[in-house]
Amino acid sequence: MKVGLIAGAVLAGAALGAALLSLAWTPFDPAAMSIPDKLRPPGSVHWLGTDQLGRDILSMLMAGARTSLSVALLAVAIGAGAGVPLGLAAAAMRGRWVDDAIMRGNDLVFAFPSLVIAILITAALGPSAANAMIAIGIFNIPVFARVTRAAALPIWTLDYIRAAEVAGKGAARISVEHVLPNVASLLIVQATIQFSLGILAEAGLSYVGLGAQPPTPSWGRMLAEAQTMAAIAPHAAIAPGVAIVLTVLGLNLLGDGLRDALDPRLKARLA
Amino acid sequence: MPLFFRRLISVLLSLLIASAVIFAVVDLVPGDPASFMLGTGARPDTVAALREQMGLDLPWPVRYARWMGGVLSGDLGTSLAYKTPVAGMIRDRLQVSLPLALLALTLAVAVAFPAGMLAARRRGGAADAAVMGGTQLGIALPNFWFAMLLVLVFAVRLRWLPAGGFPGWAHPGAAIKSLILPAVALALPQAAILARVLRSALIETLGQDYIRSARAKGLTRGQALRRHALRNALIPVLTIMGMQFSFLLAGAIIIENVFYLPGLGRLIFQAITQRDLIVVQSSVLVMVAAVIVVTFVVDLIYGLVDPRLRSR
Repeated sequence: MKVGLIAGAVLAGAALGAALLSLAWTPFDPAAMSIPDKLRPPGSVHWLGTDQLGRDILSMLMAGARTSLSVALLAVAIGAGAGVPLGLAAAAMRGRWVDDAIMRGNDLVFAFPSLVIAILITAALGPSAANAMIAIGIFNIPVFARVTRAAALPIWTLDYIRAAEVAGKGAARISVEHVLPNVASLLIVQATIQFSLGILAEAGLSYVGLGAQPPTPSWGRMLAEAQTMAAIAPHAAIAPGVAIVLTVLGLNLLGDGLRDALDPRLKARLA
Repeated sequence: MPLFFRRLISVLLSLLIASAVIFAVVDLVPGDPASFMLGTGARPDTVAALREQMGLDLPWPVRYARWMGGVLSGDLGTSLAYKTPVAGMIRDRLQVSLPLALLALTLAVAVAFPAGMLAARRRGGAADAAVMGGTQLGIALPNFWFAMLLVLVFAVRLRWLPAGGFPGWAHPGAAIKSLILPAVALALPQAAILARVLRSALIETLGQDYIRSARAKGLTRGQALRRHALRNALIPVLTIMGMQFSFLLAGAIIIENVFYLPGLGRLIFQAITQRDLIVVQSSVLVMVAAVIVVTFVVDLIYGLVDPRLRSR
């Protein structure tokens, strides 16, 4: 599915490009209100129309991309930063109590309804983009730990690991020097998936008012604000949703495409 | 059956740890419930008196022990905001959340099974591409946005279904009608995930020797799929369904907010904003317990679906 990989890269790249571009330029100031221009339908001046306060929707979407992408990306970094070492440690000490403790801990986190806990965490720490990121990131940890362990276990049975052990390398060094490079491709695919889930989660938290706070623009809050007006100005409710769908779709296609490209055996089996 | 008991012990242990974690997180939520109840104009000694009456001045191990003691005897505490037993509130809310979750899961299965089977049978063909494309879209769609679009079309434009609210089970027809749009919104992403899992599980089993034997004895591809491959592909599908049911029970928070449904998720959401911490604590515990128990039951069902797993 080369087409999927390319389409995914283009969509995800567009979202990233919009986010980066918004740092330097947006068609209008995303925070500038203009009541006389409120709820304008898409046109030649405001390409995607304006919202209930007369703000330019395209500019808000571009600035919102920055919030969504950075929250999701840092949540992936939190998850991978803690989860990958845990997974490597569990695999290195497979079958021993450390492995067992890490895996049971994982199961326990999975048992918590993630959205409820994310809402609880943002309520405890105060609603903000940074706390949304922490709440999402915590639930990424067991995902990365599990994927890393599962991928690392078969590698520990291979001959070159024996060789490294004979050469006197310790488990930690083997994990970093030999196991990690061999599971990296799987982790990149998982990171893409968690990235897209993070964007959905951030949108959900912002939608209920627990994500980025005004004036920080956010796709989820744009949807919440547009909801009451949706009947008279559907464009304000449609644009942020389409932005979310295209970004998540792009990341998912990219993840699938990367997996196929990195693991030809899987492609032969499932394509 | 020692395996059964070993699993049971690990379930109980998980519940105990979960309860401690929930208690600790809820304890971190800033805002004193007593001053919250009395408002900003309350005198400090009034607040202190109420704190003492509510037991908030006690050290945390005592409060945790009291809470757990109550939970074990079926008393989940009393809501600070409504002065009613939390257990009764949860029971009322479950009358919305449980049917909603079941309806959504039924819809998801009803869409996902035919779609997944079709895609697996016509692998690489146009039908497969259409199903896979559709599932990509379904996974990428934020369900609360899909819910808004459903309301726009079916409630605002066509006026077929209510845009929100719940009339209660005294009016069964109206009650079911008000659950349809939320259930569809919840079901779509779940159906997409389920269809993909079913498709890849079926493709995996269709490559097995016993399918070739079944075909060799004269079964069509479709017959072999239905009679032999489907049952063998059910294990991963059941795992996902178990996870999805728990997710639907707990994860409906946002959808319940979109549709103003008085479900369990909305109860927790409102309780957090009202600092009604005992409600938050006990409802989250009930949810986590439901997830752990559902996972346990799904584990047991494996044995029914796959006899090879019974002896293990």
